[in-house]
Amino acid sequence: MYFGMNEHIMKQVGIRGKDIVVLGVEKKSVAKLQEERTVRKICALDEHVCMAFAGLTADARIVINRARVECQSHRLTVEDPVTVEYITRYIATLKQRYTQSNGRRPFGISALIVGFDYDGTPRLYQTDPSGTYHAWKANAIGRSAKTVREFLEKNYTDESIASDKDAIKLAIKALLEVVQSGGKNIELAVIRRNQPLKILESKEIETLVAEIEKEKEEEAEKKKQKKSS
Amino acid sequence: MALLDVCGISDWVKEDTFSSQKASVDRVNHFNFAALEPELAVPIGVDPAEFLKPFTDCEDGVEGVTIKLKHGTTTLAFKFQHGVMVAVDSRASAGSYVDTQLFKKVIEINPYLLGTMSGSAADCVYWERLLAKECRIYKLRNKERISVSAASKLLANMVANYRGMGLSMGTMICGWDKKGPGLYYVDDNGLRLSGNMFSTGSGNSYAYGVMDSGYRYDLTVPEAYDLAQRAIFHATHRDAYSGGTVNMYHMQETGWIKVSQEDVGELYHRFAAEKK
Repeated sequence: MYFGMNEHIMKQVGIRGKDIVVLGVEKKSVAKLQEERTVRKICALDEHVCMAFAGLTADARIVINRARVECQSHRLTVEDPVTVEYITRYIATLKQRYTQSNGRRPFGISALIVGFDYDGTPRLYQTDPSGTYHAWKANAIGRSAKTVREFLEKNYTDESIASDKDAIKLAIKALLEVVQSGGKNIELAVIRRNQPLKILESKEIETLVAEIEKEKEEEAEKKKQKKSS
Repeated sequence: MALLDVCGISDWVKEDTFSSQKASVDRVNHFNFAALEPELAVPIGVDPAEFLKPFTDCEDGVEGVTIKLKHGTTTLAFKFQHGVMVAVDSRASAGSYVDTQLFKKVIEINPYLLGTMSGSAADCVYWERLLAKECRIYKLRNKERISVSAASKLLANMVANYRGMGLSMGTMICGWDKKGPGLYYVDDNGLRLSGNMFSTGSGNSYAYGVMDSGYRYDLTVPEAYDLAQRAIFHATHRDAYSGGTVNMYHMQETGWIKVSQEDVGELYHRFAAEKK
C-alpha cells in the first residue's frame, strides 16, 4: 500500500535554509465552480512549526489536530515550545501505533515537517505512514520525487541557500523541474526565524519564476557564446 | 472496536489494551510525562479526599479532631549573582522523638538539579525519587537535560492529582539550565512558585529573619555561604524540630557542588567565639 501511494501524490519540496525554511507544493487545478482555497496542504502546527502532507486529506486532518493539541500541551507542561524533532516524533509514534493495533488501518499520509527550534536552528523532517522519520537538508515527496531529489542533490550547496531569496528560488526551481504548467500551479510557504508561517501570494511567485526564467536564458546565452568563441 | 460490539462482548473486556478507543492512543506514554495515570493505588469505593475532610484543617473539620501536619524541618534556597545557594538541616522527627540527626534532605536529581525536602519524609523521598526517574527518562528521550521549570512543573502536576488526600510536602527545585539559574517552590497542594528566595519548614520564619537581614543579590561566594549557614543554624537553635547538621550546596553554571556539612553544635561555639 505504501509503495504504490507515491504515484498519486502531488509533488512537494522542502528546503532547509540558514535562516528560513521553505515548503513548496504543487497545486492541483480546481474545477471552475470550486472556490479556490489557498494551500489546503500546508498547515501550521504552532507558531514556529508547520507541516505539508501528501496523501489522504481526511487522515491528515486527524493527525494535524492531535499534533496541534500536543504542541500546546507541551507548552503547558514544559513551559517551552516544542522542538521540531519532538513533534515529529509524536506524529511518527501516533502513526506507528495505528500500524500495530487491530481493527485500525494506518494513516495514509506522508508529511514534511519544517520549523525552527527555540534556539534558532532550522529543521526539516519527513515522516511516512509506517511511522519512521528522518531529518533532511532538502527533500521531495510525491510523483517523480526521485528526479527532484537528484536535482536537489546537485544544486543544494551552501551558496545556493546563502540568502532567504536563494532558498525560495531553489524550491521553485526544484518544483519547476516536474510541474507541468509553470508558476501558476505552485504554492509556497516559508517560515523565517522568529516569524510566523507566511504563504506567498501568486504574484510574488510569478515574479520569482520570471527571474528564474531570465537567469536560465542568460546561462544559455553564455554557453552559446563560449561555444561559438 | 466494531467487531467486539457486534459480538456483544461485555464492557469489562473492552478495558483491554487495544480494544477501546482511548486506551491505545491516550494511554500513559512518554508524551504525557506520567501526569495522566496516578502512580499510587487508592482504595476502591472510597474517595480519599472526602474521607479525610472531616479530619483536616478545613471548615467541615470537627473541633479537636484534626490531623495537623507540620513540615518539621528548615530548608532554604536563594539566588544570587553567582548562582543558587541551598542549605538544609538534617533532623528527622516523629512528634517529639528525634528519629535521626543525619537525614539527607537534599536529593541530587542530576548534576544540574537539586530538590530539597520538608514535611513528611516518606512523601518527599517518594515523590522526588519519582521526579528523578522522570527527569532521567526525559533526558534519554529528548537527548537534552530537562529544564528546571519543566521538572518543577512535573512534580507539581504529579502531586496535584492527590490534593486533599493527606500528602505533606514542601520542596524547592533548584537548578541551572539554558535559561540560567532556576529556583521553584512546589508544595503538596500543587502550588508552584518561581522566586529568588524561599525557606520552608517549621523553622522557616527564623531562617527568613536572618536571610532577609543579610541578603543582597551581589553577595560574594564566601558571604553567601556564611549567610546560608547562619540562617539554618539560627533556625535549628530556636526550632525544636530542626537540628543535626547544616548541609550546604552551591548551584553553579557547571553544576552543583556540596559546600559543607557541619554540626550545629560546632557552629554554635564558632559563632559564640565571634561575639567575644
